[in-house]
Amino acid sequence: MNNNSSLFQKEMVQVALKQSLMKLNPKTMFRNPVMFTVWVGTLVMLVVSLWTLAGAQGQGSFGYNFTVFIILLLTLLFANFAEAIAEARGKAQADSLRKTREETLARLKNGKTISSARLQKGDVFICEAGDIIPSDGEIIEGLATIDESAITGESAPVIREAGGDKSSVTGGTKVLSDKIVVKVTTQPGESFLDKMIALVEGAARQKTPNEIALTILLAGFTLVFIIVCVTLKPFADYANVGITIASFISLFVCLIPTTIGGLLSAIGIAGMDRALRANVITKSGKAVETAGDIDVLLLDKTGTITIGNRKATHFHPANGIDEKRLIKAAVLSSMADETPEGKSIIELAGINPLSYEVKNPQFIKFTAETRSSGIDYENIRIRKGATDAIKNLVTKSGNNFPKEVEERVKAISSNGGTPLVVSENEIALGVIELQDIIKPGIQERFERLRKMGIKTVMVTGDNPLTAKFIAEKAGVDDFIAEAKPEDKMNYIKKEQSEGRLVAMMGDGTNDAPALAQADVGVAMNSGTQAAKEAGNMVDLDNDPTKLIEVVEIGKQLLMTRGTLTTFSIANDVAKYFAIIPALFITAIPALQGLNIMNLHSPESAILSAVIFNAIIIPMLIPLALKGVAYKPIGASALLRRNLLIYGLGGVIIPFIGIKAIDMLISVFF
Amino acid sequence: MNTEILGIIVMFTLSILLAIPFGKYNAKVYGGEKTLLDPIFDPIERIFYKISGINPQSEMNWKQQMVAMITINMVWFLLGMVVLMNQGSLPLNPDKNPSMSADLAFNTVISFVVNCNLQHYSGESGLSYLGQYWLMFLQFVSAGTGMAAAVVLFRAFRDKAADTLGNFYNNFVKSCTRILLPISFVVAIILAFEGTPMTFEGKDTITTLQGDSVEVSRGPAAAFVPIKHVGTNGGGFFGVNSAHPFENPSYLSNMVEMVAQLIVPLAMIFAFGYFIRRRKLSWMIFGVMTVAFLMLTIPNINMEMNGNPTIATMGIDNSLGAMEGKEIRLGAAASGFWSVVTTVISTGSVNSMHDSSMALSGMNELLAMMINAFYGGVGVGLLNFFIFIILAVFISGLMVGRTPEFLGKKVEAREMKIAMIIALLHPFLILAGTALAAALPQYTADSLNNPGFHGLSEMLYEYTSSSANNGSGFEGLGDNTPWWNISTGFVLILSRFLPIIGPVAIAGLLAQKKFVPEGDGTLKTDTATFGLMVFAVIAIVAALAFFPVLALGPIAEYFSLY
Repeated sequence: MNNNSSLFQKEMVQVALKQSLMKLNPKTMFRNPVMFTVWVGTLVMLVVSLWTLAGAQGQGSFGYNFTVFIILLLTLLFANFAEAIAEARGKAQADSLRKTREETLARLKNGKTISSARLQKGDVFICEAGDIIPSDGEIIEGLATIDESAITGESAPVIREAGGDKSSVTGGTKVLSDKIVVKVTTQPGESFLDKMIALVEGAARQKTPNEIALTILLAGFTLVFIIVCVTLKPFADYANVGITIASFISLFVCLIPTTIGGLLSAIGIAGMDRALRANVITKSGKAVETAGDIDVLLLDKTGTITIGNRKATHFHPANGIDEKRLIKAAVLSSMADETPEGKSIIELAGINPLSYEVKNPQFIKFTAETRSSGIDYENIRIRKGATDAIKNLVTKSGNNFPKEVEERVKAISSNGGTPLVVSENEIALGVIELQDIIKPGIQERFERLRKMGIKTVMVTGDNPLTAKFIAEKAGVDDFIAEAKPEDKMNYIKKEQSEGRLVAMMGDGTNDAPALAQADVGVAMNSGTQAAKEAGNMVDLDNDPTKLIEVVEIGKQLLMTRGTLTTFSIANDVAKYFAIIPALFITAIPALQGLNIMNLHSPESAILSAVIFNAIIIPMLIPLALKGVAYKPIGASALLRRNLLIYGLGGVIIPFIGIKAIDMLISVFF
Repeated sequence: MNTEILGIIVMFTLSILLAIPFGKYNAKVYGGEKTLLDPIFDPIERIFYKISGINPQSEMNWKQQMVAMITINMVWFLLGMVVLMNQGSLPLNPDKNPSMSADLAFNTVISFVVNCNLQHYSGESGLSYLGQYWLMFLQFVSAGTGMAAAVVLFRAFRDKAADTLGNFYNNFVKSCTRILLPISFVVAIILAFEGTPMTFEGKDTITTLQGDSVEVSRGPAAAFVPIKHVGTNGGGFFGVNSAHPFENPSYLSNMVEMVAQLIVPLAMIFAFGYFIRRRKLSWMIFGVMTVAFLMLTIPNINMEMNGNPTIATMGIDNSLGAMEGKEIRLGAAASGFWSVVTTVISTGSVNSMHDSSMALSGMNELLAMMINAFYGGVGVGLLNFFIFIILAVFISGLMVGRTPEFLGKKVEAREMKIAMIIALLHPFLILAGTALAAALPQYTADSLNNPGFHGLSEMLYEYTSSSANNGSGFEGLGDNTPWWNISTGFVLILSRFLPIIGPVAIAGLLAQKKFVPEGDGTLKTDTATFGLMVFAVIAIVAALAFFPVLALGPIAEYFSLY
């Protein structure tokens, strides 16, 4: 996976530079009302420059006008560059994913071999060990181990099989064993990745609702300043102050929110790009935005909160039984046990079962009737299993089931664990305690979520008692025990009816309705096609904790918009104090008192303001692309922090910047 | 401490102390709870409702309320035109004052209907007592209109989700009879005792100390003057408004009139908090408004008390302050204080001539009206402020990483569109109006009292005052010409009803939305931080847009003075 985070790679910059020129097309510019007005202003300045060259009087020198024109053009190019570089980065990221699915051959069921690019939806192809899967699809026959490292970076192979929730395969992944028959589920060019690339590339990019609202706000500000600048003409005439066209245009361009206007689409694209870097494919920009608003997070217990399956944590021998004897019995009984629980018992004991001398072993498999498994060798019979199954076995043969074992069993259950009782020749030796292992660091993540104001809900098939225990231990706010798919759905609906936004992650077909109902539904890439269609994001890593990252990406996106808007508007204070005195000083010397920055001359003041206005855009591109850091410190503290940095900073920085530029260029003007 | 300053502090503190319990009372009135005056007014109101076929209990959505508002305002406007254009031949005209010309009547009626009271006439010679009474009626109902509109906002945020937001007629009538009338009654009695005339007789003739005989206008002024302030109208009975010794006879009457104009706008802020059960939000709003108010008031008092340096250099004693255009019985400090109060809230009554204020005092008066949301007119001040809250919520909501919401309602594109239009309208009307006036000297140059920077200020003030529905004037302007009457008349209509409908529409749209419960990640709007944000939005959006024109007007005047 290419996670290169260097913001400006050479090739990308080249592409972006070319694109920023292409984007000067008025049709493209028109999509952004703020920058479009700058575009118009630039055109006017070009005409004025030529006019002064032809000898027009009273509009200042050609050099001055032409400089203003160049700076405005640069302003446009900088804004275009911001958008182009964001697009280039998103595309590069998507391309690197797409490379994994370059041209391969697909063997159709009817024996023909065609290029993967010609596969149509509904075609059926066959893959065997060693083949690269040519297209996204669903297994309709067979089972195979598959190496998905090309997509997920995870080296361990995964098992995919027909029917059930693990039937989906991704183009570009490699079959390691066995043979599968796969049905193509997408038209060429319509896979999620293709859709994502289209979203990034612009043509298909829709403005999100929040972007639309912000654009209205910015267009409103632009209109205010159109009014301010147009009406200034008669006021100036009344006061016998001559104002050049260059000054009018400069004043206007400086006052309208060009900084945020120029960076707005870059911020949106960068949000999707950041999601992609986290290996999440979003189906719309809106989904990322909504993620920032999530109030409730539904998380599956297994794999998200706890590490995979239960693990043995303790051996509790019965009274009078040596612990070593219990361990030996436990290890032997788990020798042939392929379940993760069985393996964990051997792991806990730390003894290689083969080190015991065992003659003619016979392994007893777990069945639903006996609810126990074990081993018979020589004349020893070892069993391990559910409490009542072993108890039955013990008491039937006339032995006593020890009281302390029974008590231990109860204690383990009420602690959220699962007890397994071990018997040897129908004598209870003791209890193995299995516990869910809560992922290290997950409590801190939930604490972080709580500070963000997000409620976490654990979904588990466990009984309420166990569920409650784990929920408390992991620090989730609520849980759904003995959960059936419809329980998830009902929970989501209930929260939504109270006005909250819900996010969930799922993989199975039976998760699909809930994924569709949730405001943000993240489907695992390993999940079924139905689940992937229903959700609005697909996680390539199949990592259940990904939701937390997605929420932060959404919040970052919104915050970046908000802070840069604040910064952009706050800049106006300094720009006013640079330009207004410059406009009037020549005619009304008394207004020198307003020139608090003590700028060199009217021309240098105006140029400094316009130059500052232009170069602040590329200076903020890294911030727009990376996003403003989100800190879960509560909304009020966050507002205070951002207001201090971007609000107060936005007032102060341009004073310093404009003064500095003025000192530099005062040599020329 | 200087007694002049002490007097101001007493006036201001008293207003706040009275406004808090009164706000609670207002909330009760609008909440439909029983109040003290119900036994008197309920039976009377029932008769009127029966005749007009209105059921005051039927619930209306925001659109129906706005239709009701426009309808009754239209009726008052038409009736007003009839009265003023025919007053010369109608009863109650002992001084034989003539009927108004069409353009003056248009301007006058509009300006009273919209709670502005821009007066391009002098009451002594321009109106009959019937005309005055009709205008007094309009001062009640225009104030009631603004308050009833604000109640739509109250209702929108009290219930978690609602389509209907109360009954406009009911809230309107209650605003007039339960809130405006009782206070006006009390104020009228105090004024009458202080010497304000209350008579239907015509001019009196007196002989001055010099032995000349002069005619003195009088009339039912004690009834008229209270609602001028209580309803933040500002339309004076006499031409020079509360600078007139009959309209504002003493320092005590000055105090009473000051408290009377502050009390309802302040009380509406607190009523909002009581009504929606978020008192902290009220304190945030009150805090922002008060800080801004003080930032305008303190410099004004200071500048007026320090006097004019040019006069000082002429060797004239300036120790009383800048006394040009001020009344000796009131003094420079109380006049400076009044000049900001009357412009901050949309009263527009004056006790000194604003045209003679110091340059930057004049700018502060202009700024107060340009923003028009620090306290503001009865009801409408809160609605104006609400627009700024929406803008601030939008930006700061994003800054905390959520799509913006206010009191549990998501603010989206539609609300932003309305908020932006309303925020734009005010600078547009002011700047475009003034620009036209400056660009067309053939219509305006003759009416200017001063050329140069101050002349621009005079024109700017006239449109600002109209657009803010304020009604005060830089009275150097000879404004009874068709140009001023008609152009300001249109500004008045546009700047009254759109800024009411806009916020009410936003409130109505938000009310229909699903309620999002507050969480730790939700932006709290009742904090000082958010208050600061609102203040910054107002300063940058509303005030800075006027910086260029202010630089050419009062600021240039200031720098050429010092």
